[in-house]
Amino acid sequence: MTTTTTTPTRTGRAAAATADYLDQRTSVGGAVKEFARKVFPDHWSFLLGEVALYSFVTLLISGAFLTMFFVPSMAETEYTGPFATQEGLHMTEAYASTLRLSFEVRGGLLMRQIHHWAALIFMASIVVHMMRVFFTGAFRKPRELNWVVGFTLLILGLAAGFTGYSLPDDVLSGNGLRITDGVVRSIPIVGSYLSYMIFGGEFPGTDLIPRLYTIHILLVPALILALIGLHLLFVVLHKHTQFPGSGRTDKNVVGYPLFPVYVAKAGGFFFVVFGVLALMGATMSINPVWNYGPYDPSPVSAGAQPDWYMLFLEGSLRLMPGGAEVVIAGYTLSLNVLIPAVVVPGLLFSLLALYPFVEAAVSGDKREHHVLDRPRNVPFRTAFGVAVLTAFFVLVLAGSNDLIATHFRMSLNDITGVLRIAFFVAPVAAFWMTKRICLSLQRKDRELVLHGHESARIVRFASGEYIEVHKPLDEHERWLRVQHEAIRPLEIEPAEDARGVRRKGYRSDALKQRVSRWFYEDRVEPVTPAELVAAHSHGEHDALEAVPVEQAPQLTGGGRHLVEPTDPDAGDRRA
Amino acid sequence: MKALAARRQDRRAPLVLLLLALLLTGAVYAVVAPPSADASAPAATGDDVETGRQIFQANCSTCHGPNAEGTEWAPSLVGVGAAAVDFQVGTGRMPMQNSGPQVLAKDVQFTDEQITQLAAYVASLGAGPAIPTEEQVDPAGGDPANGLSLFRTNCAMCHNAVGAGGALSEGKFAPALLETSPEHIYEAMLTGPQSMPVFNEATLTSQEKQDIIAYIEAQKEPSPGGLELGSLGPVSEGVWAWVVGIGLLIAFSVWIGAKSS
Ligand code: HEC
Ligand code: HEC
Ligand code: HEM
Repeated sequence: MTTTTTTPTRTGRAAAATADYLDQRTSVGGAVKEFARKVFPDHWSFLLGEVALYSFVTLLISGAFLTMFFVPSMAETEYTGPFATQEGLHMTEAYASTLRLSFEVRGGLLMRQIHHWAALIFMASIVVHMMRVFFTGAFRKPRELNWVVGFTLLILGLAAGFTGYSLPDDVLSGNGLRITDGVVRSIPIVGSYLSYMIFGGEFPGTDLIPRLYTIHILLVPALILALIGLHLLFVVLHKHTQFPGSGRTDKNVVGYPLFPVYVAKAGGFFFVVFGVLALMGATMSINPVWNYGPYDPSPVSAGAQPDWYMLFLEGSLRLMPGGAEVVIAGYTLSLNVLIPAVVVPGLLFSLLALYPFVEAAVSGDKREHHVLDRPRNVPFRTAFGVAVLTAFFVLVLAGSNDLIATHFRMSLNDITGVLRIAFFVAPVAAFWMTKRICLSLQRKDRELVLHGHESARIVRFASGEYIEVHKPLDEHERWLRVQHEAIRPLEIEPAEDARGVRRKGYRSDALKQRVSRWFYEDRVEPVTPAELVAAHSHGEHDALEAVPVEQAPQLTGGGRHLVEPTDPDAGDRRA
Repeated sequence: MKALAARRQDRRAPLVLLLLALLLTGAVYAVVAPPSADASAPAATGDDVETGRQIFQANCSTCHGPNAEGTEWAPSLVGVGAAAVDFQVGTGRMPMQNSGPQVLAKDVQFTDEQITQLAAYVASLGAGPAIPTEEQVDPAGGDPANGLSLFRTNCAMCHNAVGAGGALSEGKFAPALLETSPEHIYEAMLTGPQSMPVFNEATLTSQEKQDIIAYIEAQKEPSPGGLELGSLGPVSEGVWAWVVGIGLLIAFSVWIGAKSS
């Protein structure tokens, strides 16, 4: 950094000359300087998106290797090669080339395994990254669109995983395609046409693998790449969010400059991610296709499951009671497939995609947010996220029900019965519990701010009274616990104006208000300066709890609600 | 050595050596040869049947009836054959002890000789599948590639693609086959224990059974890809991806994040 004072070396001069040459022709210098001065806040959870990014890069590198040997063809061939249990079997070129990759190409099996582990980790890191963004409220204005970009990336990731899983044409991948065929056919009216279109005729046909191949190596990766570009562009434009803390506001970014600290860290982190993936690929077997054998529509083995990110769909199908088929005027409507494979995931994903917009509408919050929420301070959102995850987890368990049965010596039928109920009950219970926990944590924060830390030092007064000495919080600790604002339910204008004429948008406003109450009715307000002063001056803590929040001056916010609640008790209800 | 060298001159030396060699061969054979090699049906004698009947009445008749004719708790054993007894008793399933959804394999309760005697007794009650010969169950005589095809269509739906086991309804399960001896695999196909179907000569010829045994034996070799993670397929891979992969990466993220502050 201080090289300006030292005499430049020969290489230094050469580098400077090259940079100058480039700059004069592209004026890239300004952009680089601008970019290098970007500040990136530090928190481990901000690296999760990078894990996704680097596993995607690993996927690209290992995938490029695989394309050089994989033959995307469903032409029949007879296997001759070093692996005894496949000798002389009839199989497609796709499967045979996968075996060749595994047993004859030098490093081929390692690359296959790295590629597949990277795919699992890519999807897992996307999900964890999404959880981070969701629970901290990083999707709020101005980042709603980036959430949508991210969501599209999630769907594209699923598409990439599914198409890749189907390429080797072993029994498992064929089973997956057969299920897909069934799901497509269950769509009313257009189902069978769609299936014929996708498979180029009757399942499995001979067109599918070349088609999947194009999607898997060209279409989806190109889209993902483009959208990652857009995603990161948005991150740079919006600047990164930061966790609350003293000195951090919606108007600044506290952190390290991108260059050199952050770039060095990020560059190093790529090698960490790549290293972990390579280690897994080198030591742990994944998708041993030779165990399953070449695809043939008749066999389905026990323990036939998709990769983890598709497991919820499998579980959803396994949970659905069969027999929910209705025949209307000679046409069969397969609700037993349609509901679990189309409606349930459709609902889960729509909820995810739309959540930021729903929240923006019912909170009435139109401000920009660059300071993240602590999950406890937004009980409804946190509880909602946990509920969705719980539903997802129940479906994943249902997708593994046979393995649970054998490994925990339980009855398959009982597990399925319990999970059918759990699919409806567990998310509600998880929602309720999470919300309780959030509210309690907030109350704990209030307690701490008002009373300080317990010091475990007991003092006895001459009068005989005992008290425990409390150590007040320092400013940073206190700020962390009071900086937020408890959002209140929307207040709307009355149905009729002063002259008794019905207002136009009243109906939709009323609906918004109802949802808003559901979101924000239960809340704990952060401690206000007045409360704090009061607590410190006469120490009569118990009396303080009763001070109606509305009467004390607000620390932040306020003024954005059109009407103050009239009922003084409504503000701080703690049911 | 000295003594041996001295005897070299003795004319009886070749004879002694021959005797020693014979003894050694016999001892090695006794140790190396599979214990139940001679258990096949033809070896049974009248004595075996009689001793078998006594063992049966002492251990099995409470459930199967004094003459193995069956009771309300257990089926008749007339005509199940020596193979069924060798499998049931040789894997420790019989005499039955637990009362669960399925009779479980446990420690074997009888010696090989006693099992042979029991089998001889039950075989004497009515014709049934005999215990397979050693050549019939030798994995070397089977074609593992054909075995893979047969296993996939006949067994994998219950026992998993490589025989790692799988769940059936109501707490029943198809056990893992990776520890099972070739002889018991053959007998299981022949007699179809509990929920498992019988695979007689018409469904799977003895050569095909041998192919299947060769395939299952081949699964005992280490996987070319590294740790097998239980050979359970994508679910266990997913668990490992989350626990090891995401676990490690988050640990690294926390470490890098902590380094700065
Ligand atoms: C506690 C009761 C009990 C005892 C003791 C018992 N069995 Fe069984 N046995 C059963 C039952 C019940 C079955 C049927 C299980 C099944 O296969 O569904 C059975 C099945 C069998 C079968 C399989 C029959 C077939 O159709 O293939 C054989 C062979 C057998 N027993 C042999 C024996 C022998 C030999 C003994 C004594 C060493 C014995 N059992 C002791 C209860 C018992
Ligand atoms: C309908 C499901 C089903 C099919 C198909 C099936 N099995 Fe089984 N198998 C079972 C069950 C259930 C048991 C456990 C029986 C018991 O414990 O008495 C079993 C037990 C066995 C055992 C004994 C394992 C041990 O050591 O305890 C072997 C070996 C075996 N099967 C091999 C096969 C082979 C080989 C095939 C294909 C030719 C096959 N099975 C097909 C359900 C099945
Ligand atoms: C291909 C998959 C993805 C990649 C490679 C990726 C990458 C990244 C990176 C590197 C960042 C900046 C660092 C960080 O905050 O972690 C980021 C931020 C962000 N991502 Fe993603 N992401 C992906 C998927 C998603 C998904 C599925 C969502 C949600 C639906 C999402 C929403 C966001 C949002 C809102 C931000 C801004 C966060 C903030 O400023 O605090 N991303 N992403």
